[in-house]
Amino acid sequence: MSSTVILGIAGSATVLVALFELMRRHRLREKYAVLWFFVALGVLLLAVFPGLLTGAADLVGVEVPVNLLFFLASLVLLVLTLQHSHELGRLEEKTRTLAEEVALLRLDLQRRERRDRPDGPAEHTPRDGS
Amino acid sequence: MQPGPRVLVVIPAYNEQDTVGATIAEIRATNPGVDLLVVDDGSSDATAAVAREAGAEVAQLPFNLGVGGAMRTGYRHAVQGGYDVAVQIDADGQHDPRYLPELVARLGGPEQVGLVIGARFAGEGEPYRVGAMRALAMKVLARTLSRMARTRLTDVTSGFRVADRRTLTLFAAHYPAEYLGDTVESTVIAIRAGCRVTQVPVQMRLRQGGVASQTPFRAALYLARAVVALSLALVRRWPETPPPPPGVRAEAARVHREEQP
Repeated sequence: MSSTVILGIAGSATVLVALFELMRRHRLREKYAVLWFFVALGVLLLAVFPGLLTGAADLVGVEVPVNLLFFLASLVLLVLTLQHSHELGRLEEKTRTLAEEVALLRLDLQRRERRDRPDGPAEHTPRDGS
Repeated sequence: MQPGPRVLVVIPAYNEQDTVGATIAEIRATNPGVDLLVVDDGSSDATAAVAREAGAEVAQLPFNLGVGGAMRTGYRHAVQGGYDVAVQIDADGQHDPRYLPELVARLGGPEQVGLVIGARFAGEGEPYRVGAMRALAMKVLARTLSRMARTRLTDVTSGFRVADRRTLTLFAAHYPAEYLGDTVESTVIAIRAGCRVTQVPVQMRLRQGGVASQTPFRAALYLARAVVALSLALVRRWPETPPPPPGVRAEAARVHREEQP
């Protein structure tokens, strides 16, 4: 029993130290840090008070308490991955918008440069001046 | 449509250095009144240089976004430039620009048509040939979209399309980047936003460069992706009236709002 307590404490402590270090180096946004902080806190609580797990397993009717732990853990990971996919999609959309803006800004810049240099190469001059 | 709407032809081009020059020259020769914008979709070849040499304006994307990204860039440019009509013509030369005036003329009218598709299966000239699986996918898409648009659409995956001011403003804000989004989903967006869609039969030519891959596996994959794209387009929520996209001049946005019914 005590070995699981030690493992649990070591695991959550590792996560908490890593979190602190990442935050300190400005490598982790607050919203993700809060999320992982609560995950680590949950692991720590279960390690120190294993009765919580058995009590919860009794409550929902799961015979082997560790199965409840696995179920909840995989659920948490699944939701986190989904959340990351969502964030990734939003970032891709933002990158796409930026790329489009860059293309249009470059075009605008080229037009202005051509307009400011009337002696430039004639074959590159667009037909309309707008 | 008033005589002489300002027309912008947008040519999405990805590694099309062999064909883009001829395409531009042909559009110039057949439609001298239109402005041309080539959107270079992150090409690694000389597409941009060739297009500039041929006399088109070129917007260069920093990396490849797909046809959807290239076209949204074009539609944004059309909104910013205050164009009345935006046309998509592929750089590979399969769309014959001689049909362009006919397509543009179908806009507006008593039906208030906002999007015209140049359709390949509508009986003009030589039939456009595809494999059985791909034909099935196209038929499923065409049937569904025809019902939605309450008009006969036979070729919804055609990239030869003409949009009026309202539709191009909508596309400038909501043009999907995903696979088939540039054709199927964008049509669904236009229909659901209340734009009238119609088609004009055109004769397609063979691609001047590159070959369409048509192994049975790829055709099956195409069918599956078409069904997914269509289903997603049908269940997704889209705003009823398009908000002005970022970067639009206040003046253009105001004009657009006044045109809204």
